[in-house]
Amino acid sequence: MTQRFKLEVVDRRDFVVGAAAAATLAVFLGRSGTAIAQDKPPTFDEAFKKIVGDKKAEEAKVAIELPEIAENGNTVPYSVNVESPMTDADYVKTVHVLSSGNPSPTIASFHFSPMSGEAKVSSRMRLAKTQDIYAVAELSNGSMLVGKRTVKVTIGGCGG
Amino acid sequence: MASKPRIKVGKASKAGDVIEVKTLITHVMETGFRKGSDGKLIPRNIINTFTATFGGKEVFKADLSSGVSANPYISFHFKVPGPGDLEMTWIDDKGEKVVEKVPVSVG
Repeated sequence: MTQRFKLEVVDRRDFVVGAAAAATLAVFLGRSGTAIAQDKPPTFDEAFKKIVGDKKAEEAKVAIELPEIAENGNTVPYSVNVESPMTDADYVKTVHVLSSGNPSPTIASFHFSPMSGEAKVSSRMRLAKTQDIYAVAELSNGSMLVGKRTVKVTIGGCGG
Repeated sequence: MASKPRIKVGKASKAGDVIEVKTLITHVMETGFRKGSDGKLIPRNIINTFTATFGGKEVFKADLSSGVSANPYISFHFKVPGPGDLEMTWIDDKGEKVVEKVPVSVG
């Protein structure tokens, strides 16, 4: 009887130790997995901060057109339009499109010039899951504007 | 890298008009996050840069990342200063380059 009880204890301890080891291994594998992937992509916050820096991005004038529900995350059409006169003195230099839920937060950066006439661009993006899309506009005078849209994704499009 | 891109350029009736330029090119845009049948990651191969110039001046440029869909479609606008050629260049991670020249007429 005592022996049986003892055995049970050992078993349980073995189980606990084993589980802990497995968990550590999983964490380790997970880490090394992303390390191999390539230089680890920055998180969304890091990417956003790198663009905006210490400036304050005003939430205005940036319109993102996106479907409310994207059925196929492999190709989601979108367009970004920034209100601007687009003259030599006042134009939109760059629009960065960022994703909060993709493996890599940057989608694309579009550089405009006064020769663009309009700060409007359309393209198609991949979306891994339901998330927020941000468009950060850098103006020629150095100020920043930001726009945000939420998109629901039925089937993610990043493979893997 | 790819077949000939499809480009559609709007019509300008006079100098100073803003036209839309639509482009589409065939490319896998491999993200570098996917695994092949051997369990290894497929290396990233995407078109990382697209540029449009007119008379040697940059009109529009796009830095693309893995979040751009396969066969990237990009449409942008162009304020036509006069007749000339709009030159567009796509460059991918392997360094392959596609250059296309499209005449832009006025009137």
